[in-house]
Amino acid sequence: MEIAFVIEKFVFITVIFALSLLVAMYSTLAERKIAAFLQDRVGPNRAGPGGMFQPLADGVKMFLKEEIIPTESNKFLFIAGPSLAILTACIGSAVIPWGQDIQLFGRTIALQATDINVGILYIFGVVSLGVYGIMIGGWASNNKFSLMGAIRAASQNISYEIPMGLSIIALLLVTNSLSLKDIVEQQHGFQWNVFYQPLGFLIFLVCAFAETNRTPFDLPECETELVGGYHTEYSSMKLGFFLFAEYINMFVSSAVMATLYFGGYNYPGMDFMNNLLGPTFGPLLGMGVLFIKIFAFIFFFMWVRWTIPRFRYDQLMNLGWKVLIPLAIANIVLTGIVTALVNGF
Amino acid sequence: MSQSLFYLIAFLSIFFSLLVIFTKNPVHSVLYLIITFFTFTIHYILLNAQFLAIVNFIVYMGAIMVLFLFVLMLLNLNKDAEPAKSNLLKIAGVVAGMCLLVTLVGSVKALNVSNPVVLNNPNLGLVKNLGKVLFNEFLLPFEISSLLLLSAMVGAVLLAKKEA
Repeated sequence: MEIAFVIEKFVFITVIFALSLLVAMYSTLAERKIAAFLQDRVGPNRAGPGGMFQPLADGVKMFLKEEIIPTESNKFLFIAGPSLAILTACIGSAVIPWGQDIQLFGRTIALQATDINVGILYIFGVVSLGVYGIMIGGWASNNKFSLMGAIRAASQNISYEIPMGLSIIALLLVTNSLSLKDIVEQQHGFQWNVFYQPLGFLIFLVCAFAETNRTPFDLPECETELVGGYHTEYSSMKLGFFLFAEYINMFVSSAVMATLYFGGYNYPGMDFMNNLLGPTFGPLLGMGVLFIKIFAFIFFFMWVRWTIPRFRYDQLMNLGWKVLIPLAIANIVLTGIVTALVNGF
Repeated sequence: MSQSLFYLIAFLSIFFSLLVIFTKNPVHSVLYLIITFFTFTIHYILLNAQFLAIVNFIVYMGAIMVLFLFVLMLLNLNKDAEPAKSNLLKIAGVVAGMCLLVTLVGSVKALNVSNPVVLNNPNLGLVKNLGKVLFNEFLLPFEISSLLLLSAMVGAVLLAKKEA
């Protein structure tokens, strides 16, 4: 391992972390602006031009507020909860390919932190770890509302992981690879997986909403029943971490959906543009296209949040176990039959 | 490099699995067990068995331990709720434990150092090779174990229903 390679990866990972934090930061502003737009209000517009510096003001507020740790709580786990939540949110982006290999300063650089050959499963594993932060935090608070929120989060995550995994299996029947880089390369141009797996994509989308605890699946923090849900006892930046982890999760799952089903950095006519722009700016354009797709998904997350009311808990479980899982299994069988027919047995 | 890494991870595995036994609080025990499983994942990666590593990660750390934690949080066990055991049970436990210890030490002493196993194909643990082996050479055992899991699932559903 040459030293330049290590430096290259280090810089790249730092840039990706900074980018995801920046996107998450401005998602909070976007959420408020979109909510305002949908409800015919103005939204935050005092800090900076058009409210541009609102996230900074919110961050400073979070840092400066008084920090309260309940006496009856388990101190170590109380602090470990939000730390785990934000850690698992951040490590998901490690296997996402952000663009084609790029020529910079006379070196060819892969725009992906690591291309492990079980990339999809890695993401799946990180998603399944995400619930620990909420569970540990909710339990350590020693508050019944927090505990209820934590338990709801756990059962919801476990229930929706199953259809998510099943929809990924159907996708794998089409792609024949677990590596995200391969999957993106196969969707070159306009051969996006969403055209081959429309049902699988829908199931994955619904499950992504449930795994990130977004409305209509935000029962773990359902304020009408549980005060604040799993973060009732949290204050200051620890509360900030929990809220921030949700936005990072939203960013990462948008990136995963764009990569798996919407062609990642591919767009129609990309060969022509790559020839025109050369090996430095061509991949950069592809990266820009990927980010446009990610922002579209983030907008969709917010659009749904301010449109659709929250489910009741039994409706949530019915949807997960009685609708999504049978649909996902039917999708696998159908995909299998079609694949066998196309390949001529 | 890789050998010293192995010793470090092996030490951590044993350390955390001991903590699982010696902590009083059951929730802490489960959390230590999760860390122990995580060190197992690292062992698999060191053995170049990426698929096994990630499956261990998803199934044990991501699913089974979440359920354990879930149940323990609902029960909320603490020291007051623990039933006091009689002295006879304690003595029996000590005797049984000693017998197990003597057997284990004896069998370890009787062992010879085995030759290191050299795999014909060091990439056996990758998904593609593992799938080929599973679905060609070991198809029957694989299908039978899947049937076993299915019957366990059906049994669990039956037990959970109040009036079957």
